[in-house]
Amino acid sequence: MKKTLALVVGLIISAPAVATDVVNIYSFRQPFLIKPILDDFTQQTGIKTNVVFAKKGLIERVKREGKHSKADLVLTSNFSALIQLEELKLTQTIDSEQVNKNVPAAFRDGDGQWVALTKRVRNVYSSKERLGPLPELSYEDLAAPEYKGQICTRSGKHPYNLGLVASMIAHHGEVQTKTWLEGVKANLARKPQGNDRAQVKAVKEGLCNLALGNSYYLGKMLQDEAQKPWADAVNINFPNQTNRGSHINVSGAVITKYAKNPENALKLIEYMTDNKAQNMYASLNMEYPVKPGVKLSSLVASWGSFKEDSLPLDEISKYRPLALKLIDEVKFDL
Amino acid sequence: MTYKFQLSKWQLIAWSTGLLLSTPLFFLLVESLQGDSEVFTHLWNTVLWDYISNTVLLVLGVGLLSCLIALPLGWLTAYCRFPGKQQFEWALMLPLAMPTYIIAYVYTDLLDYAGPIQITLREWFGWQSPSDYWFFDIRTLPGAIIMIALVLYPYLYLIFKTALREQSFKLVQASQLMGLSAWKSFFKVSLVLSRGAIVAALALISMETMADFATVSYFAVSTLTTAVYDTWFGYYSLTAAAKISGVMLLLLFLALITERFSRRNQAVFERQSSVNSEALYILKGKSAWLATGFCSLILIISFIIPMVVLLKYAITYFDQAWSSEFFSYAWQSLKVAAVVSVVTIVLSVLVVFYQRIAKQANPLIPGRLASTGYALPGTVLAIAVLLPLTLLENTINRILTPYDLDIGLLLTGSLLTIIFAYIVRFYAVAHGAIESSFSRISPSLDMASQSMGKNQGRTLRLVHLPLLRRGLLTAGLLVFIECMKELPAALLLRPFDFESLATHVFQYVSDEQLELASISALFIVVVGFIPLYFINRSMEQRS
Repeated sequence: MKKTLALVVGLIISAPAVATDVVNIYSFRQPFLIKPILDDFTQQTGIKTNVVFAKKGLIERVKREGKHSKADLVLTSNFSALIQLEELKLTQTIDSEQVNKNVPAAFRDGDGQWVALTKRVRNVYSSKERLGPLPELSYEDLAAPEYKGQICTRSGKHPYNLGLVASMIAHHGEVQTKTWLEGVKANLARKPQGNDRAQVKAVKEGLCNLALGNSYYLGKMLQDEAQKPWADAVNINFPNQTNRGSHINVSGAVITKYAKNPENALKLIEYMTDNKAQNMYASLNMEYPVKPGVKLSSLVASWGSFKEDSLPLDEISKYRPLALKLIDEVKFDL
Repeated sequence: MTYKFQLSKWQLIAWSTGLLLSTPLFFLLVESLQGDSEVFTHLWNTVLWDYISNTVLLVLGVGLLSCLIALPLGWLTAYCRFPGKQQFEWALMLPLAMPTYIIAYVYTDLLDYAGPIQITLREWFGWQSPSDYWFFDIRTLPGAIIMIALVLYPYLYLIFKTALREQSFKLVQASQLMGLSAWKSFFKVSLVLSRGAIVAALALISMETMADFATVSYFAVSTLTTAVYDTWFGYYSLTAAAKISGVMLLLLFLALITERFSRRNQAVFERQSSVNSEALYILKGKSAWLATGFCSLILIISFIIPMVVLLKYAITYFDQAWSSEFFSYAWQSLKVAAVVSVVTIVLSVLVVFYQRIAKQANPLIPGRLASTGYALPGTVLAIAVLLPLTLLENTINRILTPYDLDIGLLLTGSLLTIIFAYIVRFYAVAHGAIESSFSRISPSLDMASQSMGKNQGRTLRLVHLPLLRRGLLTAGLLVFIECMKELPAALLLRPFDFESLATHVFQYVSDEQLELASISALFIVVVGFIPLYFINRSMEQRS
């Protein structure tokens, strides 16, 4: 027992000491997606980055840790997490001329509490063989009876889908959105499952003809030997081009309220919104950079320009709780 | 006088352990009683009943399937001789080292509509679309039941086999002499005598199943565990999440009461301390083939196929999957697992020993209290553990403030939290196994020891511990492997610079790219072999 105690104490004491020039990051994004960018940042500035990755629960963690939190920065993969961090007052102002210059006002908080780093579109993929490109398709059409048994999607409760449903509520109101959700559910080829890639795979194999998915997945799949055939089997469609434009989600960052290294965190955000990192986001991760003028990857560029839904993100974000309720009410995932 | 003092010492230890390990649960329950229940009412009116029925079906299904797999395996390897028996005896434990999220991933890859098996079938039979034929859909409740049972059956197998081995051989021999067939003897003697062990193992399996998050979420089967996640991180309602955890606990207590109920009036003691190693039944011809075939089938499905697929991934994606950091991840995982195993075993021996010697009322309560953590799924556990630790930390910091001192996040920002969480979570595993071993030591030994003037501490050390060696090893092994595989709590509680094999693998599984972490996944499985090797060797030495 004593030995055990000694061992436990030893383990705690042996925890690595904190280096002076670091930035500690809580990340909702998988480390391997951002590693090249963080590595380059370290090389440029000498500031070491530490990452704790989790898909869920990081906001609760920052909240609980309060002023003792070691996290300087939170990286999120969707806008509702950014806005929630702001609403919980866990952020501090990102006060930087450079960031304001890099990122258009629509993609950062009016009070500077969060900033978007990349944009992604909620696309609808269609089977090349069975449907071909659908330039006039809208999200509303997904509930149309003609697509019965043809749609694949991941869980309705995933932030990407919740964002989309919230935007539907923002545009059409609760009642109409619920009817729409029931229609989409009735059109599903299978119970919602897997991630966005898995839906494209299912289209390739003939299980469904339409799949919801974020834009960058297609690019990532084309880079992967084994997944290229799936990606080759679909057309990418940008919904609602004839009216309000496609739904946009963002990945982004906040500096935490009690950051111990706020200057380093700010440096990282400045770096991440600037040309080099934005280029890396575009070319390695196939995302749309937020900084205007940064070149798209040639593949993403080949999809052409498109109209974005211009409704502000915090406006859409208001309806996120309601979106989740509707998903449960129509038993979308069951 | 000395006697009284001794007794209260044991009592103190047992009750402190019970109370300490149930603190997180207590805090969680308090949280669940907080006002606002709008979210809970909404869930109650919409999806909660689906979640409850899915959870109950999952637990029952996994329990039943585990019995169908493990009981025959345990009986065959304990009592029969057939080709390959010696190899099967240890090999059938191997799936324990396989995390459910890995086996689920592998089988989804193989059996999915877009997987190689269905593609081959379509090529052979010329089917064009899903409507042309029926195929087992793995991403369903039955699919989840099969996957989880394939990984959890070794609990029952191990505990049942140990129980059979330690049972008095003469009873089975007597049943043979009285003309009972092997089948009848299995049902009328072996099953009845091992009922306690079987139910204990099933209780473990049920709790483990209820706490599973990775598989059900990967298969999109909505259970109470996934509901807790959704509620917490979707509705952002800790209170409603705690209320759902309350529903889970209710189910768990029902299971535990069933276990206690089935053990009532049960007092079967081992009167021979030797272990039976010779075979009672020598299988020949068709029955030998059947035995070998059944063992092979289970081994192939639960272990060999997933391993081969992992190896294939590892070879194909070697360049992307290789990273020099494996050893550091492995070391971190091993370190935590070793500390947790030792601590849980020490604690559970003390608590179970108290149960045995206690003269006070309700000697079982400390053990029950300490075991409650097992029912908490990883994420719930993580927050449940953080509630009291944060309170403690804040209090200390407040007291220290006037002196300009500050411990910061000494508790919640270090490995201590993960270790505490794992002890809370896996105490029940050790307790169950040790309790079952203890119950087979005849009280007459205690009396003998006492009559020779040994006090209780010495009785424990000199009489019980040597007899418990195998039980301790089994318990330690189970806890160790659980720690290696544990994921959700590690994800939420780990400090900066801590990455275990499981968290490393998971970031790829969550992106449906296990291939890229296949070498680490193999590591988890292989590291799990080490304790399996030791337990097997010790068993051989004993027999």
